[in-house]
Amino acid sequence: MLMRVSDYRLFVAFLAIGLPVSAQQEIARVEGGRFLPMYGSVKEQMVEIKTFEMDKKPVTNSEFLAFVKENPKWRKSKVPRLFADEAYLKNWQSDLSFSQAIANAPVTNVSWFAAKAYCECQGKRLPTTNEWEFAAMAGYKQPDERKDSLYTARILAAYETPKTYLKAVGQNQPNYWGIYDLNELVWEWTSDFASIMISGENRDQDQRSLFCGAGSQNATDLMNYAAFMRYAFRNSIQAKFTITNLGFRCVKSADPAM
Amino acid sequence: MKAKARTIRSILWAIIALTVMSSCNQQKDEENISSKAVHMKVDSRPVKAELTAPPFVPKPVGNRAPQKLIVDMEIIEEEGDLADGVRYVFWTFGGTVPGSFIRGRVGDVVEFTLKNHPDNKLPHNIDLHAVTGQGGGAEASFVAPGQQKTFKFKLINPGLYVYHCATAPVGMHIANGMYGLILVEPVGGLPPVDREYYVMQGDFYTKGKHGDPGLQPFDMQKAYDEHADYVLFNGKVGALTGDGRLTAKVGETVRLFVGNGGPNLVSSFHVIGEIFDKVYIEGGSATNYNVQTTLIPAGGAAIVEFKVEVPSNLILVDHALFRTFNKGALGVLEVTGEENPVVFEGEVLEGIYQPEGPTIQKVPVETVAEAPAKVLTKEEKMELGKKVYNTSCFACHLPNGEGLANAFPPLAKSDYLNKNVDKAIDIVLRGLSGEITVNGQKYNSQMPAQVLSDQEVASVLTFIYNSWGNNGTEFTEEQVRAKR
Repeated sequence: MLMRVSDYRLFVAFLAIGLPVSAQQEIARVEGGRFLPMYGSVKEQMVEIKTFEMDKKPVTNSEFLAFVKENPKWRKSKVPRLFADEAYLKNWQSDLSFSQAIANAPVTNVSWFAAKAYCECQGKRLPTTNEWEFAAMAGYKQPDERKDSLYTARILAAYETPKTYLKAVGQNQPNYWGIYDLNELVWEWTSDFASIMISGENRDQDQRSLFCGAGSQNATDLMNYAAFMRYAFRNSIQAKFTITNLGFRCVKSADPAM
Repeated sequence: MKAKARTIRSILWAIIALTVMSSCNQQKDEENISSKAVHMKVDSRPVKAELTAPPFVPKPVGNRAPQKLIVDMEIIEEEGDLADGVRYVFWTFGGTVPGSFIRGRVGDVVEFTLKNHPDNKLPHNIDLHAVTGQGGGAEASFVAPGQQKTFKFKLINPGLYVYHCATAPVGMHIANGMYGLILVEPVGGLPPVDREYYVMQGDFYTKGKHGDPGLQPFDMQKAYDEHADYVLFNGKVGALTGDGRLTAKVGETVRLFVGNGGPNLVSSFHVIGEIFDKVYIEGGSATNYNVQTTLIPAGGAAIVEFKVEVPSNLILVDHALFRTFNKGALGVLEVTGEENPVVFEGEVLEGIYQPEGPTIQKVPVETVAEAPAKVLTKEEKMELGKKVYNTSCFACHLPNGEGLANAFPPLAKSDYLNKNVDKAIDIVLRGLSGEITVNGQKYNSQMPAQVLSDQEVASVLTFIYNSWGNNGTEFTEEQVRAKR
């Protein structure tokens, strides 16, 4: 028997409710291009970024709750210490509950392993550092506003504001790509956050490059203090760390047919 | 005869040679202290180091043997006062700017744990200039929020050293307050003194101008241009004035451990009304005596000592004086006790100086002769008063009567002035000292008596009371004369 149109709509609505909330995460398309990241490119070569789709907002506590409901091994009481340290989901009262005040705030105190697993469950992945930096160099109007002093000042001011991890996602102005909160709320995991640190024999040189006077030796843009802070942060963490001001969002390579 | 002379000569040479050699040895002792210290034995029982918030320092090491010192330091990012009404997010070692004072001796082994509070947003580390080794500990102590790192080192050079955060962007971490001092005392400790204090200068860069109220974010461009909005002792305008002032009693010897965190400016450290009896130059082993102003480089320190001989408020300044009068680098050391006229007698006589006359005519203050002058209109008083203000008053009360928080009370919209019209003439003629409350703020400083004619006093008061939102009182020469 054929469904009438209105029945069909009801059916779709029912399906949507049945799915994990996180599946509703809106995505933004980031057109690929070439750019020069602050660190990590070989001999200051431009890096090519292929078009990708990025979650418009950081993953929230509510969205992460749906994930741990379906995947009990990522609950607070179950997760092995190897994959997440003692502070994992520290702000949650129990395996499946947290204060309603932070329901729409970004989930934090999640390890790299947990973030990666979450994205994979959505059929997505964590962005690479270069993808993340590429998306975040957009201002409100341009895909690359790094040379605009207001752009850097705005990001620095956001980094200096305390307790932003408690705020709801999507309240700030989105950037050129329609993406929210890349800098305003929390730091975000990237798939290769440690790559600058553990690139074979460059390890020592690169690791030290973030300290003291050497901090400026390998950098391509000495005035981009905000980027210095992000690279320093990524350099200080390990995959099992869970940190109050560190969350994540997912990406997906764009369908080449699109 | 000849032989005898030769013997004497050779003995003389021997004496000279010995003297030269022994002074060489002394110098070598200073130079080799670090290689000796490397081999100093350490008591194996660990002792928790006493850490203190500025302006205080831990107890001296005295005669104790080298030991294992446990230092526990927490990094806290938090909002605080840069000046009254001006807020700033400071990054701190131990919750204060400058950070906790650490005190050990040469030969100590330090087990240093750096804790980065979980609410912090940034990774941090510490570079102690007292450490010999990679980055002064920078790499070994690099720690993410919510984590802690422990590293170990031996103190092998005595001196007063700066420590600071060295995480990129380093200049910004320092500009936000991440610096402090670690003292490594020599064998046997520094000579005992009566008072020791901890003072550290730093420059700050804010989005708004000096004094703009509210939460002020760090301004990267100003820091890059080295245009400081604030130059401060101990992280706040007025940290060392009012209730925060340092104190000493006549006859005591005071030792100040003075550091400069920078990030950009070099300090010309000076104490108004005092001479440093002794300065450990750059915090090292060389000493200088009888010094007026000592240079403290960014990322450097000095130890200054002086005996206070007479009661007064000594003013700590950076003698690049716009930093003191306009950007906040001002502190007070209040010395109390008996006057000592042998050292300082104060004003003895006041005189009229007549360059055209054959002699300087001296007259006691009470009988200053006033040349009769024409009675001025209010407009004329305003004009003259403004001139007087701009020569006699503005240096402390500032060009628009705004005053300087905790040091010099405001004259603009001043509740104290407007309700004490009768006292105003007295204050100008005789000065004012002691605690007063102006617009809800307490001030405790000294204004000297002003040497002005009756006409000038009446004019400057008329000018002040008819400017900046005050009550519009007009003063006459007769009123002033009556108060003489």
